[in-house]
Amino acid sequence: MKEIVVISGKGGTGKTSITASLAYLGGKDIVLADCDVDAADMHLLMQPDFGQAKDFYSGLIAEIRQDDCIQCGKCADICRFDAIPVIDGKYIVDPLSCEGCGYCPRVCPTDAIDMLDMNVGKWYVSTIKTGTTMVHAKLGIGADNSGKLVAHVKNEAKRIAEEEDKEIVLVDGSPGVGCPVVSSLSGAKFVVLVTEPTVSGLHDLKRVYELVDKFNIPAGCIINKADLNPQVSAEIESFLKQENIGHIASLPYDENFTAAMTQGKTIVEYDENNLNEILTQSWAKIKQIA
Amino acid sequence: MKIAIASGKGGTGKTTLSTNLAAYLAEKQEVVLVDLDVEEPNSGLFIKAELLREEEKYKMIPQWNPDTCILCGNCQEVCNFHAVLKLGEQIMVFPELCHSCYACSELCPTNSLPMVPQKMGELKHFNSGTLSFIESRLEIGQEQAVPLIRQTNKYVEECFSEQVIKLFDSPPGTSCPVIEATKDADFIILVTEPTPFGLHDLTLAVETMRELKKNFGVVINRHGIGNDEVEKYCSAENIPLLARIPNDRQIAELYSRGELLYKKIPGVKEQLDLLIHHIEGLESAGER
Repeated sequence: MKEIVVISGKGGTGKTSITASLAYLGGKDIVLADCDVDAADMHLLMQPDFGQAKDFYSGLIAEIRQDDCIQCGKCADICRFDAIPVIDGKYIVDPLSCEGCGYCPRVCPTDAIDMLDMNVGKWYVSTIKTGTTMVHAKLGIGADNSGKLVAHVKNEAKRIAEEEDKEIVLVDGSPGVGCPVVSSLSGAKFVVLVTEPTVSGLHDLKRVYELVDKFNIPAGCIINKADLNPQVSAEIESFLKQENIGHIASLPYDENFTAAMTQGKTIVEYDENNLNEILTQSWAKIKQIA
Repeated sequence: MKIAIASGKGGTGKTTLSTNLAAYLAEKQEVVLVDLDVEEPNSGLFIKAELLREEEKYKMIPQWNPDTCILCGNCQEVCNFHAVLKLGEQIMVFPELCHSCYACSELCPTNSLPMVPQKMGELKHFNSGTLSFIESRLEIGQEQAVPLIRQTNKYVEECFSEQVIKLFDSPPGTSCPVIEATKDADFIILVTEPTPFGLHDLTLAVETMRELKKNFGVVINRHGIGNDEVEKYCSAENIPLLARIPNDRQIAELYSRGELLYKKIPGVKEQLDLLIHHIEGLESAGER
């Protein structure tokens, strides 16, 4: 079983649309994991049935029992996250600032602070329109620990793939270079980098590749909207050469990306010509090198 | 006045709007633009300004002192993030898991885990006439954006008076970095695009702003592409639609080269005027 992760550093490069197309082409050979849990969009294209839904608990949150609190203020003094403001003379935990470190209950002289399990979101195991399984999630508002939810979604997808003897787990990764991306990358066999020829696209590609390189994972790159700026496209290509990253394909700037999405379709379902051909070849190439 | 520019979905045009709005406003008044998308900061690619100051930013992590440690294991027990482990005769610290809560350090009976600084990123302060630009950049390998965002906000607060208008280019999504970047703002501009992904992620961003009890409005970027579901949603939810930046390949090309739009595309300037008009309305309402 191989784990292939698609990431982009920068948002809006077409990562999810491209991953959905690859998943469509992969059909029943793959298990799909949407690890972009912070703004998960894959379900809009894959018609999941939300077959199983489960709550995800991760981390803790402090709560002060007002009846037992003697307003000594020790908890607020030691809190490094300014999470215990005084409101109307009462010490109250601000749930958005509390990081769940558990220091405050240890200094409370009257044992008035409980650490409660925090519900950070929901995760789902669905059957999608290609007849295969997708694991996906919805992170709660302002939730911490998205890295842990990402890891959970991915591990569930891997477990199912092994159980059902599937060849590939295809992962739609998160943007950025922080904890959710690190979780998306850990254990990956191959990384597909999706970028665009804009100064921001190139900048973010270089940063996210630095991370991929730290993990020592082989990578290939799809340049989307390649004709938007031929000069930056050429710069991306020379960066790929220099870093030994395979250039999987270049896709043109094409509003069919949006048109397909508007109909809830993957690009390969919507477009029967150029884009379809390039993506079909890309999937064949990725399966071959990964 | 603090205005955060945010979005649920990435790549909808936060940086485009932040940089153009900042440069345009700076033609008439003092403006500070702050790039809080510390994982992938891009505003600096569009702002030409002189570097005034550069600071390394640190987070505090515990450092084990084997000479005084009695191996009681209290540190491991109090750490909720598994960042401190007792392995045999050794205490191991995993800095990338550490949240700098100080519990292990301050609860150590022999003070054997003093907190020491570890570099997590860099802050740069640029200036060009009436426009100041602050950018923070997370070191690759550092996983937590929130502490750097927090320190950047603090720097801005100390450097500039309350009267100066401040724009914060925020990270995408709805999780902890976004909360940290937007929780002190007076007004939030949510940038979206009129597509199913744009709408879905906008609804998440709106939920977040309502949870934070924030005053906010929406700007549609690439207006004309996709469908009109975002407009319908905003009107049904009574969310002010502040501006519509047209979908135009020329805009995408200017953006790809790192150029500002409003000087070359009159339609963009008109939309910025609408947005500024709204912001000025908020300011005078705030003064009353």
